[in-house]
Amino acid sequence: MLVDVRNLTIRFGSRTVVDDVSFSLDAGHRLGIIGESGSGKTLTSLALIGLLPDTATVTGSVLFDGKEMIGASDRELSALRGNSIGMVFQEPLTALNPLMRVGKQIGLPLRTHRGLNKQASLAKATELCARVGLPDPERIIRSYPHQLSGGQRQRIGLAIALACSPRLLIADEPTTALDVTVQKEVLALIGELVREEGSALVFVSHDLPVVSSMTDRVAVMNQGQIVELANVRALFSHASHEYSRMLVRTARQSDEDLAGLTTGENQ
Amino acid sequence: MKFNRTLIIGVSFVGFSCFLALLSLVWTPFDPLEINPDISLARPSAVHWLGTDENGRDILSNIIVGSRATLLTGVLSVAICMLVGVTVGVATAISPRWVESPAVFGIDIVLALPTVLFAIVLAAVYGPSTLTAIVAIGIALSASVAQVTRREVNVVLLADYVTAARSSGSGTWRIVRKHVLPNIRSSLFVQASGACAIAILAESTLSYLGLGTTPPAPSWGRMMASLQQFLLIDPIFPLWPGLAIVITVLGFNLLGDGLREALDPTLRASEETAVDDELRSASSTGTTNAGSH
Repeated sequence: MLVDVRNLTIRFGSRTVVDDVSFSLDAGHRLGIIGESGSGKTLTSLALIGLLPDTATVTGSVLFDGKEMIGASDRELSALRGNSIGMVFQEPLTALNPLMRVGKQIGLPLRTHRGLNKQASLAKATELCARVGLPDPERIIRSYPHQLSGGQRQRIGLAIALACSPRLLIADEPTTALDVTVQKEVLALIGELVREEGSALVFVSHDLPVVSSMTDRVAVMNQGQIVELANVRALFSHASHEYSRMLVRTARQSDEDLAGLTTGENQ
Repeated sequence: MKFNRTLIIGVSFVGFSCFLALLSLVWTPFDPLEINPDISLARPSAVHWLGTDENGRDILSNIIVGSRATLLTGVLSVAICMLVGVTVGVATAISPRWVESPAVFGIDIVLALPTVLFAIVLAAVYGPSTLTAIVAIGIALSASVAQVTRREVNVVLLADYVTAARSSGSGTWRIVRKHVLPNIRSSLFVQASGACAIAILAESTLSYLGLGTTPPAPSWGRMMASLQQFLLIDPIFPLWPGLAIVITVLGFNLLGDGLREALDPTLRASEETAVDDELRSASSTGTTNAGSH
């Protein structure tokens, strides 16, 4: 078992934002976490990589490959972050340092964890750019983030997260900030790379159709709790919790609306 | 970096003062210390361009040599205040709360002390000298530098790219070096330039009060103090050192403003992206077409 979360509870003062959450994930498997904003899905994903803010009170246990992440020292966590666990963020613009060339940013985890020198890390960064489907990687690695489009930046984010071939990739709403057309390309790319690397995937989103296209299992979160944990198929055919049923209904409804629009156009 | 008018004026004013200081090392029209009672309080003339003071010393020569003390104070006290201020500011921002709160309280106390009062105390203990003035001004300014730096660092530490850097395994020290310092760099330049203006003004004030540069070394502040007595004879006497102070201080202030404009990444980014957007939309249609076939 790669990830084992037991009774994870996160509090800010007296406010409980993640309430007694438990789930597990085997190596190479994919888990979706779905819920509306404020449901605790992002904090749950941050707990997996040990990046919760200092102000949070955390109880329970998060085991990554048998190692306890809760209460681990910064040094222990730094050794795992970017090395065994990679993370892709929601906002591709703000997640990159505006004053550093992207090649250097992709190279940093390689220099930290693999001990590569400047040249070697840049060469690897160029390779990674090509792998995430960026055209003209030689030029891209010399660019600053603001010179790239949103989709390109998110590919850079993916290249950084996957630089050290992590065993777990966490993607927190990686396509929410992108155009629908770009969204599809980036999702396909994430799916493809995760398969090639054999990494496990935790995919966080508020969008049920997106989550179901990316993962085998889905955890539905509502008000800090996992209200349902099921296979994607099972969730669509017979969701047990009222909130999951609503999500499925809404997804179906928008599908039908779209279908209606298309037929309306044909007439 | 794009040059703007403010920056150019600032640089030329500061450059003028620096030129005077360098010139004083090799040449002055007269010996600035040579006393000649026969020509005391001479008006500007072809021989003495800016006239002479009550002891018949050439004012122009004294102003040229006086720029040394002024610039030396500016540069050294800024070096002190940036070194101490940035170190303290960064350290308090990244330290845990039980260290940060008392440190911030300490900074507030130093901030509350008037620079001149602090310098008077220091001068009373160690005797007035350029060095005393430099140390007093440097320490007093480092408090405000520390405060601004701490605020800037805290903003950068909340940025997504710092979280992203953490998520790829960067430790605190590496984050400070690679992400925080480069991103507050422009603010540091502006602060240094502003601090230099304040330091020069403070040095003139202290010398005026007799607590800074000691005689016989010429200093603009002390020249102001002695020449203002003759204000009623002719206001032109105290005009010259006053003008020198104003030009230098204004120069550093304009330099700071100009740097702020030239280094601001958002201003810079908006100019470049305007062009880039067009290029990008052209190239992205190219790639989508290529992808769909």
